[in-house]
Amino acid sequence: MFENIDLSLVNWSRGQFALTAVYHWLFVPLTLGLSFILAMMETIYVRTGDPEWKRLTKFWMKLFGINFAIGVATGIILEFEFGTNWSAYSWFVGDIFGTPLAIEGIMAFFLESTFIAVMFFGWNKVSKRFHLVSTWLVAIGANLSALWILVANAWMQNPAGMVFNPETARNEMNSFWEVLFNPVAADKFLHTITSGFVLASMFVVGISSWFLLKKREVLMAKRSILVAGVFGLLASVMLALTGDMSAKTIAKYQPVKFSSFEALYNGRENAPLVAAGILRKEGEKVGERHLPSFVFRIEIPGFLSVLTTGDKNAYVPGINDYIYGNPERGIMSFSEKKERGETARKALLDYKTAVDNGEKEKALELAEQFTSEGFRENYFRYFGYAYIDKPEDIIPNVQVSFYTFHLMVMLGFLFILQFAVVLWLLFAGSLERYRWWLWVMLLSIPLPYLASELGWVLAEMGRQPWIIQDLMPVHIGVTSLKAGNVQVTFWLFALLFTALLAAEVSIMVKQVRKGPEKRED
Amino acid sequence: MARNSAAAIFTRVFSFYRDGFRNMSDWGRKVWIIIIIKLFVIFVLLRLLFFPDLLKKNFENDSERGNYIREHLINSE
Repeated sequence: MFENIDLSLVNWSRGQFALTAVYHWLFVPLTLGLSFILAMMETIYVRTGDPEWKRLTKFWMKLFGINFAIGVATGIILEFEFGTNWSAYSWFVGDIFGTPLAIEGIMAFFLESTFIAVMFFGWNKVSKRFHLVSTWLVAIGANLSALWILVANAWMQNPAGMVFNPETARNEMNSFWEVLFNPVAADKFLHTITSGFVLASMFVVGISSWFLLKKREVLMAKRSILVAGVFGLLASVMLALTGDMSAKTIAKYQPVKFSSFEALYNGRENAPLVAAGILRKEGEKVGERHLPSFVFRIEIPGFLSVLTTGDKNAYVPGINDYIYGNPERGIMSFSEKKERGETARKALLDYKTAVDNGEKEKALELAEQFTSEGFRENYFRYFGYAYIDKPEDIIPNVQVSFYTFHLMVMLGFLFILQFAVVLWLLFAGSLERYRWWLWVMLLSIPLPYLASELGWVLAEMGRQPWIIQDLMPVHIGVTSLKAGNVQVTFWLFALLFTALLAAEVSIMVKQVRKGPEKRED
Repeated sequence: MARNSAAAIFTRVFSFYRDGFRNMSDWGRKVWIIIIIKLFVIFVLLRLLFFPDLLKKNFENDSERGNYIREHLINSE
């Protein structure tokens, strides 16, 4: 199953997973954010009793329902891929992935699917308050589902709360709380859900702008802009703050990824932040690899040091520090990590030899070594380095990391500005006069989708070559299948997801054009 | 008594869902057709034909699976 793994297979398997994840993520963030917007709108309806608020809640609920229905279960395919295309990885992660995914499945089923039925079928059948509680529970349930998925993903970025068992060749969870409260998980969860809030707010403001441009449903559109604009503004500010928290965590736990964001090769004190820049293909040589360097950049002096540590004069390590080591700063070189990784792998070989030779006591002693904190922290932690030949192979694609990070951040700041302007025009009573701005808001609907996908590309490609940070490189996690077979399923998915997306867009556009139902009173 | 109230709750829940599906709007029906087709494609076509769990399929028990992965971890470069 794992013999003769070629690069083409690894790349097709990665491509297939990326395609599935990118398409899946087109559906998810709207659910996360729109569910809260619906809950807020319905709360206003219940508090004021104004039927117009009920009407607009029902309209946005319809669009929520379309998105939810088309997107539901698309994430299951990722789990299929784990078992088929990434079987070594799946086995190695053991119950650490299984537990959060099982909790997610149960929560999704009981919370979302039960209360979503009340949301859609329960108008006029259950009390107003029960209906409202159901809507809030759908919002909370959807976002809690995301928590468990992100906890699993965060473990890949920063493995914690586990012990490797050489007998089963799996990692076994020894602290659920360390897995749940992994610092990467907390930041990732907050940053991801706030990105969903921003996306949904832009979606609501954009469509409402279309109604204003068409001079239809003016009251509904303005009220929707009010709720989504305020929510979007708060969420986009939170998005920037959680992004900052997330960057600090990455600097600590995935420092090479962090240095690649900024294309920072040589560490320095008073490190500047690159606000914008253009990279040329080659210019820096690290080992045998030619890496991009700046043709042009705009820098903010000292700001990278401030952002990572809070101190302007602090030292920010660069990629070369992690390749060649920097003993003065306490940074270990690649070669030392590789040596430690090889020691851990040798211990696994010794364990196997002892088992094969029937040396029970020796095998037990070696197995216990894997549970000792000293061995885990000093050797097993670098297990994956045993599979990496050249130091430069631990550097991700710098161009992808740099551009995805900077474009995502720029878009994030643009959203703050957009929500602030739209609210200012709304409160000033002049929103309808600025038709060009309404067009801007309408045409901006795809931008948060782009920013959100860029964030995932950055998170996952920035982690390369690791499938589990420092423990397992991607080529060790992949199953040896025929690359042609993976290509077939890649195109099947492309077809399936494109069809689903086309169906969603077509049904949604039709429903938006139709507009909200007539008032019931 | 308890059995009667459980049955009453079940009947109410059943009729809640039944009425909900019966009175579904056009877009709701369309979306349900898409969901059913999608679930068929995902769970029947993709799962059964293209995505077997290879470790489950190729080995009889966890011990064999563990041995196989351990060999892989030891021997891969």
